[in-house]
Amino acid sequence: MTTSSQPARAPASLAVLAERMVPICGAANVITDPVELRTYECDGLTAHRCSPGLVVLPASADQVAQIVRECAAARIPFVARGSGTGLSGGALPSADGVLIVLSKMRRIIDIDPVSRRATVEPGVTNLSVSKAAEPHGLFYAPDPSSQVICSVGGNVAENSGGAHCLKHGFTVHHVTGLEIVTPQGELTWLGDGTGCAPGYDLVGAFTGSEGTLGIVTKIVVKLTPIPEAVTTLLAAFATMGAGGAAVSAIIGGGILPGAIEMMDALAIEAAEAAVQCEYPAGAGAVLIVELDGPQVEVARETAAVRAICQAEGAYEIRAAADAAERAVIWAGRKSAFAAVGRISPAYIVQDGVVPRTALPRVLDRIGELSAQAGIRVANVFHAGDGNLHPLVLFDDAVPGQGEAAEVLSGQILDLCIEHGGSITGEHGVGVDKSRYMPKMFGADDLDTMQLLRCAFDADGLCNPGKVFPTPRLCGEVPGVRHGPHPLVASGAVDQF
Amino acid sequence: MPDPVLAQLSRACQQVGAAAPADAVAGVTPSYAASPASTKEAAALLRAAAEHGLAVLPRGRGTRIDWAVPPRRCDLVVRTDRLSQVLEHAAGDLTASAQAGVGLDQLADVLGTAGQRLAVDPPGGGQRGPGQGGSGTVGGLIATGVAGPLRFRYGGPRDLLIGLTVVRADGTIARAGGKVVKNVAGYDIGKLFAGSYGTLGLITEATFRLHPLPQATVHVTVRCANAEAAQAAVDATARSPVAPAAVELHWPSAGAPLAVSALLEGEEYAVAARAEVLRELLAAAGGGSAETSAHAPDWWGLSPAAADGTLLRIGFWPGRLAALLGAVRGAARPAGLDPVLAGSAAAGVLHAALPAAADPAAAVVFIEALRAALSEPAVTGAADRPRPPASASALVLHAPPAVRDAVDMWGPVPSLAIMRAVKDQFDPEHRMAPGRFAGGI
Ligand SMILES: Cc1cc2nc3c(=O)[nH]c(=O)nc-3n(C[C@H](O)[C@H](O)[C@H](O)COP(=O)(O)OP(=O)(O)OC[C@H]3O[C@@H](n4cnc5c(N)ncnc54)[C@H](O)[C@@H]3O)c2cc1C
Ligand SMILES: Cc1cc2nc3c(=O)[nH]c(=O)nc-3n(C[C@H](O)[C@H](O)[C@H](O)COP(=O)(O)OP(=O)(O)OC[C@H]3O[C@@H](n4cnc5c(N)ncnc54)[C@H](O)[C@@H]3O)c2cc1C
Repeated sequence: MTTSSQPARAPASLAVLAERMVPICGAANVITDPVELRTYECDGLTAHRCSPGLVVLPASADQVAQIVRECAAARIPFVARGSGTGLSGGALPSADGVLIVLSKMRRIIDIDPVSRRATVEPGVTNLSVSKAAEPHGLFYAPDPSSQVICSVGGNVAENSGGAHCLKHGFTVHHVTGLEIVTPQGELTWLGDGTGCAPGYDLVGAFTGSEGTLGIVTKIVVKLTPIPEAVTTLLAAFATMGAGGAAVSAIIGGGILPGAIEMMDALAIEAAEAAVQCEYPAGAGAVLIVELDGPQVEVARETAAVRAICQAEGAYEIRAAADAAERAVIWAGRKSAFAAVGRISPAYIVQDGVVPRTALPRVLDRIGELSAQAGIRVANVFHAGDGNLHPLVLFDDAVPGQGEAAEVLSGQILDLCIEHGGSITGEHGVGVDKSRYMPKMFGADDLDTMQLLRCAFDADGLCNPGKVFPTPRLCGEVPGVRHGPHPLVASGAVDQF
Repeated sequence: MPDPVLAQLSRACQQVGAAAPADAVAGVTPSYAASPASTKEAAALLRAAAEHGLAVLPRGRGTRIDWAVPPRRCDLVVRTDRLSQVLEHAAGDLTASAQAGVGLDQLADVLGTAGQRLAVDPPGGGQRGPGQGGSGTVGGLIATGVAGPLRFRYGGPRDLLIGLTVVRADGTIARAGGKVVKNVAGYDIGKLFAGSYGTLGLITEATFRLHPLPQATVHVTVRCANAEAAQAAVDATARSPVAPAAVELHWPSAGAPLAVSALLEGEEYAVAARAEVLRELLAAAGGGSAETSAHAPDWWGLSPAAADGTLLRIGFWPGRLAALLGAVRGAARPAGLDPVLAGSAAAGVLHAALPAAADPAAAVVFIEALRAALSEPAVTGAADRPRPPASASALVLHAPPAVRDAVDMWGPVPSLAIMRAVKDQFDPEHRMAPGRFAGGI
């Protein structure tokens, strides 16, 4: 556990700042009481904790802009927070900084069914967008498992995915416009809601920047027609190998399901203990395949997927006939993270990606590493796109187990990198994985990414210390001459 | 006397020489042309160019090289013709990596053997040959960021791009993204380069997400008497559960009917069944009889402009289609013009084309009147609903010199100040395709 408890660098200036915040968002929305501040000390990754210096809860974009201007003037760092469900410590506050909590900004401003767009404030929860769109036959496609509570602002910052992003894409494929407050405190729009605004694609570049480029205050998202038909199949296999072969055959057959999820025996055991999902007994692996689209296509694809699973050795296949049965099948999968709490006192949720075809080799290797370390790993993952969520189980009462679990969890990321994958598919880098960034990217790659950071936030006040292991000094570009070109200086040529 | 600059460029890159007249871009003639064969060679070349303060312009097959504003200056053209390898086709993972100079036709041939594709439309509606400029390169596709009808279902190049290798103006090689479809590690620099027209650096390699080739395709087309009926037809299709891959509109002239056509992709039998549903839907909404065909309408996916004419790309909220169509015609009529309108109506993108022979002064009047109309609440919809301050745009993709010199081709662009800051970071000396982009970037 890393608890940073260093004293605030400049308590006096924070106190002054707190006073300035009061006329902006009202005394009730400026939190300085240490006990109350503690409630914001971490996000969903509870291993990293730090009480913020000051918390403010603005009610409008204009208030956010004023708050940020005050921070910028005082050169005090600030961090945005949505619902605090992030799993990489992205919303971890700093003791000498301000935490800007957007949960009061939760208006669905507009649902435009004919344009198939919704305009929302950042604190709006993911699921409530789909709920508001439903009467129009539309939904908001990205569906992180946390969708009941996580905010759309947080989704934009993390470029969140969900079980159905295999077919429907991630947050970035659905955002067409963002109103942001820049790190200097200016309110501006990136994009225009159309998805084809002229100029650089700043909407795309901002999405997934983990709160380091500014604070989102309005979001325009695309809405998608609710599919005519959905079928959900549950197939049980004796081994992970057989389940994996079925996944390859489905994709190889030109079928693009909405979701393909896989769980191993340990994950099934945990889910069983938690929600009695009654998955087929004795399964070494279960596969959940969901197909959505026009009725006729779905019917045909369902038959094809059934046949493939049978051919690959599935010994039981169940199909959900309606929404209630579908929910039963998904219950086991959706409970898996929390469920491992039933079979292990403590656990780490890892998030890594490998090319889908490397899954069998990588899973075998995880099994070997797990056996060597004497630490159990439950595997639950988005099999369709190779996004692993190994749950590393340990007993924090046993000395050394926590460290051993950390090591194993890190080895899994190394494995992902070795196979040409990624250290994160959806949970982000945050504070948790910044030290792995130099393993995945070279120094020049990271330097290039930070050019974007410098363009938005040259002073490094906006969520500092996240994503990158070391900040870049903005302004000085190494190896590049400054000042006018000699020919320009001599008057020989014109430069515009 | 030997040219010291050329000598140094030659040390960096095997194939360098004096530029040919054909390397001229919109009247700007470069001094040198080089064809690096690897990312490393390209990096050495750009380092040498940086030492001499040369302005650099990347060039693929040149099919869209005169798009956007002519460069303010250009000393060195970097051709991607020797960056021509398909590096990897991981069929089981539905991904492929290619060097920037790979032709989209060449890539399609490789992917097709495994029944897969990069889900962009073949330029010229699949007709290879003269008239539509032929098939461009991977680098050109990303740099222009254009997309055809399939953008409705699959998005544009930016949505299919999962990894990118670029060389910055100072010769630094940078990789972003990766080769897996799902990846949120670090900033997505690929998004920035998509549609950057060479102004941020040279793209040398790219990795894309692929899709299976559909077993069967069907087009369902209806003719509509007016813009309102066309909007109803587009809306009914876009929101219907038949899940079209594309919904296009074609309105060749103010006096002609409007055609709305949808593309269905899928399995043979299922596609036929969906087409039947769609045919009835389109007929009811569009107010005419709808036809089903295995072939695309002859206007499908074609650029509506002649290569030397004026081509505008208009972006709008799809729900404002009828108002927008009215605004375009309304801006053209007083100028005495009758543009061809065509594009991805359901995705909020339309192209307006004027022939090369159109009076340049009239074209300028039209473009300015259109831009003014695009900020009217009646057109944006801001009269009834909250909207971003700008919610429609008209970008001039290409135009004859007399037109492009008289208008701001990019028009107003949201958050231009941030774009300038991005440019200053990536290319502090403004040597990469200077002047091509919005606001003189
Ligand atoms: C049980 C569980 C299941 C999950 N399942 C998934 C899943 O399936 N897929 C997935 O992708 N993620 C998943 N997550 C992770 C998490 O829910 C997402 O990352 C989510 O998008 C975070 O939203 P939030 O509102 O909680 O953001 P927070 O945790 O509050 O913040 C996350 C990051 O966003 C920044 N941020 C928040 N609001 C703004 C804003 N308005 N402007 C700028 N930056 C902002 C913060 O600074 C921080 O860096 C899961 C988490 C849990 C606990
Ligand atoms: C309406 C419409 C829809 C279209 N839809 C599609 C489609 O869906 N699919 C499709 O394949 N084509 C489509 N095209 C054609 C497409 O624009 C060209 O195929 C392609 O973009 C140009 O490639 P090129 O190699 O000829 O580029 P060039 O004409 O050589 O260059 C075009 C621009 O890109 C820059 N550039 C080129 N290479 C690089 C590089 N390596 N790094 C940085 N900058 C570079 C150049 O500087 C220049 O600014 C469409 C065209 C139109 C009009």
